[in-house]
Amino acid sequence: MAELEKVHEEDILIEKLGYDDHFHDHHHGDKYQSNFINHYIFSMDHKIIARQFLITGIIWAFIGAAMSIIFRLQLGFPEADFQWLKPLLGKWIVVENGIGSLAPEFYYALVTMHGTILVFFVLTAGLSGTFSNLLIPLQLGARDMASPFLNMLSYWFFFTAGIVMFYSLFISTGPFSGGWTAYPPLSALPQASTGSGTGMTLWVVSLVLFVVSVLLGGINYVTTVLNLRTKGMTLWRMPLTIWAFFVTAILGILSFPVLASGFFMLTMDRAMGTSFFLSEIFIQGQALDRIGGSPVLYQHLFWFLGHPEVYIIILPAMGLVSEVLSVHARKPIFGYKAMVLSILAIGFLSFIVWAHHMFMSGVNPFISNFFVVFTLIIAVPSAVKVFNWITTIYGGNLRLNTPMLFAIGFVSMFISGGLTGIFLGNSAIDIQLHDTYFVVAHFHIVMGVAAFFGMFAGIYHWYPRMFGRFMSETMGKIHFWGTMIGAYAIFWPMHYIGMAGVPRRYYRFDGFDAFKHFTELNQFITIAAIITFGVQVLFMVNFFYSIWKGKKQTKRNPWGATTLEWSSPIEGVHGNWEGKIPTVHRWAYDYNKDEREFVPQYIPMEEGEEHGEDMH
Amino acid sequence: MAETLTHTDTHHDHNEGDAWDGGKQPFKASYGKLMMWYFLLSDAFTFAGFLIAYGALRIAMPSWPIADKVFSTFPGGFHEKPLYFVTLMTFILLFSSYTMVRAVQDGHREYKKGIVVWMFLTILGGLAFLGCQAWEWSTLIGKEHMTITKNPFGTTTEAGTYLDPELGSFEVGHSYLLHKYHAPHAAHDDHGHGHGHDDHAEDHAAGHDDEHHLPGFTKTDATYTKPGDYPYAVVNEDGFILHKYKVTSGEDAGKTKTETLGPKAFGALFFFITGFHGFHVFSGVVFLIIIMVNVASGLYVKRRNGYEMVEKIGLYWHFVDLVWVFVFLVFYLI
Repeated sequence: MAELEKVHEEDILIEKLGYDDHFHDHHHGDKYQSNFINHYIFSMDHKIIARQFLITGIIWAFIGAAMSIIFRLQLGFPEADFQWLKPLLGKWIVVENGIGSLAPEFYYALVTMHGTILVFFVLTAGLSGTFSNLLIPLQLGARDMASPFLNMLSYWFFFTAGIVMFYSLFISTGPFSGGWTAYPPLSALPQASTGSGTGMTLWVVSLVLFVVSVLLGGINYVTTVLNLRTKGMTLWRMPLTIWAFFVTAILGILSFPVLASGFFMLTMDRAMGTSFFLSEIFIQGQALDRIGGSPVLYQHLFWFLGHPEVYIIILPAMGLVSEVLSVHARKPIFGYKAMVLSILAIGFLSFIVWAHHMFMSGVNPFISNFFVVFTLIIAVPSAVKVFNWITTIYGGNLRLNTPMLFAIGFVSMFISGGLTGIFLGNSAIDIQLHDTYFVVAHFHIVMGVAAFFGMFAGIYHWYPRMFGRFMSETMGKIHFWGTMIGAYAIFWPMHYIGMAGVPRRYYRFDGFDAFKHFTELNQFITIAAIITFGVQVLFMVNFFYSIWKGKKQTKRNPWGATTLEWSSPIEGVHGNWEGKIPTVHRWAYDYNKDEREFVPQYIPMEEGEEHGEDMH
Repeated sequence: MAETLTHTDTHHDHNEGDAWDGGKQPFKASYGKLMMWYFLLSDAFTFAGFLIAYGALRIAMPSWPIADKVFSTFPGGFHEKPLYFVTLMTFILLFSSYTMVRAVQDGHREYKKGIVVWMFLTILGGLAFLGCQAWEWSTLIGKEHMTITKNPFGTTTEAGTYLDPELGSFEVGHSYLLHKYHAPHAAHDDHGHGHGHDDHAEDHAAGHDDEHHLPGFTKTDATYTKPGDYPYAVVNEDGFILHKYKVTSGEDAGKTKTETLGPKAFGALFFFITGFHGFHVFSGVVFLIIIMVNVASGLYVKRRNGYEMVEKIGLYWHFVDLVWVFVFLVFYLI
C-alpha cells in the first residue's frame, strides 16, 4: 500500500493494533470483482448484496404500499368513481351506472398481496437481509460472510421469488386473493375463488423460493457470527445489532422449514387430490370427495412460522434502534446484558405462542390458556427493552438527526402497538376483537410501522457506510414527521372502529347500520394514508438522489461510533479492511467514558481502565 | 476467500484463551460443517412438520390400517410376512451409514482408495434402498390399489359377521384389504402368480388380482362383473368390492353394513412422507457420486482440507438414515 493512501487515522491504528490474517497474501480480488457483472450483479461481496436486498426491498415496499392506497381509496370512498384508475388496473375497475369501482375479487387480491409483499419481501428480506448482510461481517471484523457464494444465492432466490410474485399480478385471473395467511380451503382448491387457481400456484412457488432464500441467508448469518468473529470479539462484546440478527437468523432456520412442510402438503392438496387440509367441503352446492383432512392443521403449521416471523421482523429493528439510540445519545446502552437476555427470551418465547392467532379457529379453550400465559409473558422482555431504550436516552446529549428521530419514533410505536397486544393476547377479549380493525391497527403499528421506523433509522444511519454519502437531512426530517403523524392518523382511529366491531377484510361496510357512522372516519384514514404514502415517495427520492448527489462522506466515522464498521475504508474494499484486521478490546458502548467522547472497539484498554458494565 | 478463512482460523486455533474469544472456531468445526449442521437442523424441522401432521390426522381418525397387514408382502410371491421387507430395507440403509463412517474414517487417514471404495458401497446401499422403495410402492399401487387418494386397507371399529358365509365373522379391530373385481376381459392367465411376479399390472385399468390366494377372501372373478349391488357385497364405481356384514357389537348391533375404504389420509401421508424421504436419499446418492468422483480425481488433495467434503456428505447421509428411523417408527411400528 502506498503511504499516501494512509491518511485515515483508523488505518494507522489498525495497522498498529490489528492482526494479520494473511488475507491479502492471496490474490482473489479478480475472481470476485473483475467486471460490472461480477461486481454489481452476481456479486459475492456482502456489502453489495446488502444494497441489492435494500433496493429490491424498497421497490417492493413501493408496490405494496401503492396497493394499500388503491384498496384504501375504495374503502374510504365506496361511492366515488375510479374510472381514472382504468389505465393502471384495466378490467379490475368495473363500471356500473357510469361509476367505476374496484372489482371485489381484486380488492381481496390487493389486500392479500399487500400483506404477503410487506411481511416477506420488505420486512423480512428487505430488513434483515439488508442489515444482516451489511453489518454482520463489518461489525464482527470478518472479511466477508462464511460462504459468499451461498450468500449470493440467497439474494437471487429472493429475486426469483419476487419475479414469480410480480408475474402473478398480471395474469387474467389475478393474483391470489385468499389472505396472506393462505388458509385452506381458499388456497387448497383451485376452483374456490378467482385467485385460487394460477394466482395461488404462483404464490406458493414464489414463497417456497423465498423460504430457500431465508434458509441460505440464515445458515450463513449464524455460522458467520459463531465462527468468523475477529480476535477479542467475544459474544458479550458483540453490538446488539449482531445479537438481534443472530437470533433472527436462528428463528428463521427453525420456523421457515415448518412453513415449507405446510406448503408442500398444500401443493399436494392442490395438484394431486390429497386431503391433508380439506374436510367435508362443498363448492357451489356440490360436495367434494375430500375428507379426512384438517384445515386447522394448516393453521398450526402456518403460525408456527407466522409467529416467530413477527419477531424475525421486529428483532432486527430493535437491534438497529438500540445501536442508533446509543450512538446519537452519546451514552452507553443501558442494561446491555438485560438487552441480550431479552432478545434471547423473546426468541425462545416466540416459538410457544403461535396459537394465539387461532383462538377463534376452534382450538381447545384449555390449550388457549397455555398460549395466553406465554403471550403475556412476552410483554416482560419487551418491556425490559423499552425501559432500557428510554433510560439510554435519558439525560443523554441527544443529536436529534433523522436516524435518531426514527429510533425514538420506533420506541413510541412499539409501546403503542405493544399495549394493544396485551388486549389481543387474552383469549376472552379476543372473542370480541379478533378479525376486526383493532387487530389491523395493532399489528400495523407494532410490526409494520415500528419495523419500518427501525429500518428507516438504520438506513439513515448506515447510508454513508453503504453509499459513501449522506441522505438529505431536510427531506429526512420531513419524512420523519410526516410518517410519525401520518402513521398515527391512519392507525389510531382503527382501534376505535375495531372495538366497535367493524370486521377487517370487508370490501365495504357502509351498508351496515351499525357501521354507517364511521364513514367520515374511514375517509379520514384513507386521506391520511395517501399523504403518508406521499411522504414515503419523498423518502425514495431522497434515497436515490443521494446515491449520486448526496453530501459526500469525508470522515470514516461520521457519527463518532465505536463499532468496527466505521473503521473500514469509505469506498468499501474487498475483504473490508485493506491490511490487517482490527482486534477487539472492549464492548461496543464506550461513550463518554473517562472524559473521552467515544472509544472504538479496536482501541486497547488503558491501564486501570474498567470495562463497561462488567464486560470482559 | 473461503479457503483463506479456513486457513487463517486453523492458524490461530492453538492460541491460549477461551474458544469463544473470537478469531477461533468455538466448536472446532469449519464454517462448512457448521452450515451443514444448521441445514440439517432446518430439514429436521421440515420432517417434524410432516410427522406432526401425520400424528394430528391419524389421531382424528376412528381407525387406522394395521401396519402388519399393509406391509406384509415380500418379493418372490411371499405373503403374510409382516414387516420382513421393510426390515431388509432398513438394514440396507443403516448398513450404508456404516460404510459411510468407514469412508469418513479413511478420509481422516487421507487414504484415497479406501474412501472411494467405502463411498461406492454407500452409493450401492442408497441405490438398493431406493430400489426396495420402488418395489414397495409399485406393489402397493399396482397390486393392492393404494393411491394417494384411495386406501383399500381398513380396520373395523366393531365386530360383525360377513353375509358371505365363506368369510366368516370378525372381531373389533379386524383389518381387511379391499380388492377390485376382475373386469371380464382381464380375467386371464395370471392365476397362480404371486404378488411379485405379475408383469401385467399396467395393462388393465380395472386391475386384476390374485386375491383368492390371500386367506380370508373368496373367489371374486365369477361373482362380480361390474359395479353394483350384489347379495354379499357392493362393488363401487372404482371397482372395489365392499363386503356386506352384520354388526354384532356396539350401538349398531343387528344392522347390515358394507366395508368402507380405509382413511384416505393413510395413503396420502405414506406416499408423501416416504416419497419426501426417498427424494432425500436420491439427492444424497447424487451428491455421493459427485463427491466420490472428486475424491478419485484428487480434487480434495489439492484443496488440502482433509476430505472435509466427505465428512459433510457423511453428516447428510447419517441424517437421512436417522429420519428414516422416525418414518419407520410412525408408519411401520406404531
